[in-house]
Amino acid sequence: MKTITIAPVTRIEGHAKITIDLDKAGKVSDARLHVTQYRGFEKFCEGRFYTEMPSLTARTCGICPVSHVIASSKACDVLLSLTPPQAALNIRKIINLAQLLQSHALNFYHLSSPDFVYGFDALKEDRNIFKLMQTHPQMAKDGIELRAFGQKIIELLGGKKIHPEGIIPGGVSRKLEDDVKKNILSQIPRAMEIAKSTLKYFKENMHKFQKEIDTFAVFPSLFMALVNKDGTLEHYDGVLRFIDSEGNILEDAVDPQRYKEFIGEAAEEDSYLKSPYYKPLGYPDGMYRVGALARLNIASSCGTPLADEELKNFKALNGGKPVLNSFYYHYARIIEIIYAIEKIEELLNDEASLSEDIKADGKINKTVGVGCSEAPRGTLFHEYRVDENGVIEKVNLIIATGNNNLAMNAGVKQVAAAFVDANDITDGALNRVEAVIRCFDPCLSCSTHALGIVSSTIQLRDHDKKIIKIIERN
Amino acid sequence: MTKIRLATIWLDGCSGCHMSFLDMDERLIELAPYFDLVYSPYVDAKEFPKEVDLSIVEGAVSSDHDLEMIKKIRANSKTILALGDCAVTGNVSALKNLYGTDAVLQRGYFELADINKNKRYPSQIVPKLLDKVIPLHEAVKIDYFLPGCPTPADAVYETIKALIEGREINVNELTRFGK
Repeated sequence: MKTITIAPVTRIEGHAKITIDLDKAGKVSDARLHVTQYRGFEKFCEGRFYTEMPSLTARTCGICPVSHVIASSKACDVLLSLTPPQAALNIRKIINLAQLLQSHALNFYHLSSPDFVYGFDALKEDRNIFKLMQTHPQMAKDGIELRAFGQKIIELLGGKKIHPEGIIPGGVSRKLEDDVKKNILSQIPRAMEIAKSTLKYFKENMHKFQKEIDTFAVFPSLFMALVNKDGTLEHYDGVLRFIDSEGNILEDAVDPQRYKEFIGEAAEEDSYLKSPYYKPLGYPDGMYRVGALARLNIASSCGTPLADEELKNFKALNGGKPVLNSFYYHYARIIEIIYAIEKIEELLNDEASLSEDIKADGKINKTVGVGCSEAPRGTLFHEYRVDENGVIEKVNLIIATGNNNLAMNAGVKQVAAAFVDANDITDGALNRVEAVIRCFDPCLSCSTHALGIVSSTIQLRDHDKKIIKIIERN
Repeated sequence: MTKIRLATIWLDGCSGCHMSFLDMDERLIELAPYFDLVYSPYVDAKEFPKEVDLSIVEGAVSSDHDLEMIKKIRANSKTILALGDCAVTGNVSALKNLYGTDAVLQRGYFELADINKNKRYPSQIVPKLLDKVIPLHEAVKIDYFLPGCPTPADAVYETIKALIEGREINVNELTRFGK
């Protein structure tokens, strides 16, 4: 029996390693993802004043800092027992959607598109966006332009592209200026044009990946997401809903302040990423998935015309029941890109967004506050306990990607079993093992608050878990 | 003009500097003909190659794996650029030094875990955390430092361009700590 290790896992946002265990017959007996970085935000935020938390926790992640700034500011809003003014809520939502857009564009174009364009068995030298610039220059330009549009909005409204400081406890620090509004609105048609061409490309090429669609983390699991009370798609606010793989609602309208009643966290010895689970089913049976796939499985509609049109096709993939194939995370993300563009336009055109009234002031009213929002990769929780002066005593973070840990592990095992042949370990097979991780679009810098992942080496381990071979893929 | 062999790597950071690199947007396409990206999170090379002209390193050194990597990078690179505040000073990545590695692990894996079967910190397969997080130059010699949290894309662009062309620039106009 052998173990294959893939390290580092590349074209993901983080540091990870994958091990594949083979039994005596050379069949895959287990496979696991190991996250290899740990930064310890939950400890070192102690003793900080609550107002520092949004900008400090933004540094958890350079890909989705806005999600942390939002969850953090919302936790602080609870500590202060206040609701930000409508203009502030709208601006926060626009910035949040802009980040969703840039992050999804990054995953599709910069990280995953080489697999779609060149195939999973392509030369590894070719599987990157720089090759795409040479062979498909317009596609590479489109990807760069779409992501840049999202980043630009964050910069205009939040002060900078990465780690924006414009979202603060009680509201935002910059009002929406009319010229900024016009500037963003003028770029919407081009962004939508790119989004539509992305969708067209994906749908025209999906048939080439039937084997991956059938094997990339396809299994029954629960799904969790925030949703509006009327069941429409929501990323900023809303209530928690859990559904099972048949689409039955297990928990509904859960106030995120009560998240701990439903979610537990398990620590494992071989990864810095903890595994959250749905408490009523225990660990590891309480495996659930979050992120774009979960959100579209849970929401009854998006609430914007173009996204809803495509959501119908998405829902039809499994006859109206939840879509279980993780490959369709890619599809779900593209639908969310379209939704984000439509929603940004709608919020910019809301008269309330232009108000001067953008911040509410308050004092510490509560000693515990939870802030929750849908990050690009799923539901994110920040929980703070403070003393009466607002000094942080305790912090708990559950990061979007962490929620998918059990499912990512199950997916890695499934793909390894389908593609890895102990007698002939091909680069294409190993690339697929990594590609299933790319479906989930893990943000590992975040998820270990942040532990990263060591990139992908594949280790082969025998039945005693002794490493007998390390395959460095060069 | 010969292409330079370029590597980018992120050790203990948040990836914000790597995102800022991508924020060069269309200027990435402009620079692409001047480098071969031989190792990076954006490409599929798994082993740090030999004879790299320029290695851009984000993040601090906080695990035995980071330490091993930065030594390997030094041995195989003509020039190393420390990108961003974590690489230059330790910054947010080094905040865990205030409490010590044990206290940080204790909080994450004991106090904030509902289940920890073997009552141990993660220790199998994953790298071991060092007792102290250090900036890059405490581990190896670094040739250039470019601060920022993250370093703004304009500063990344101007610096890479200058390094490719082999000329000096003043980065004070382009970035500062925390910018």
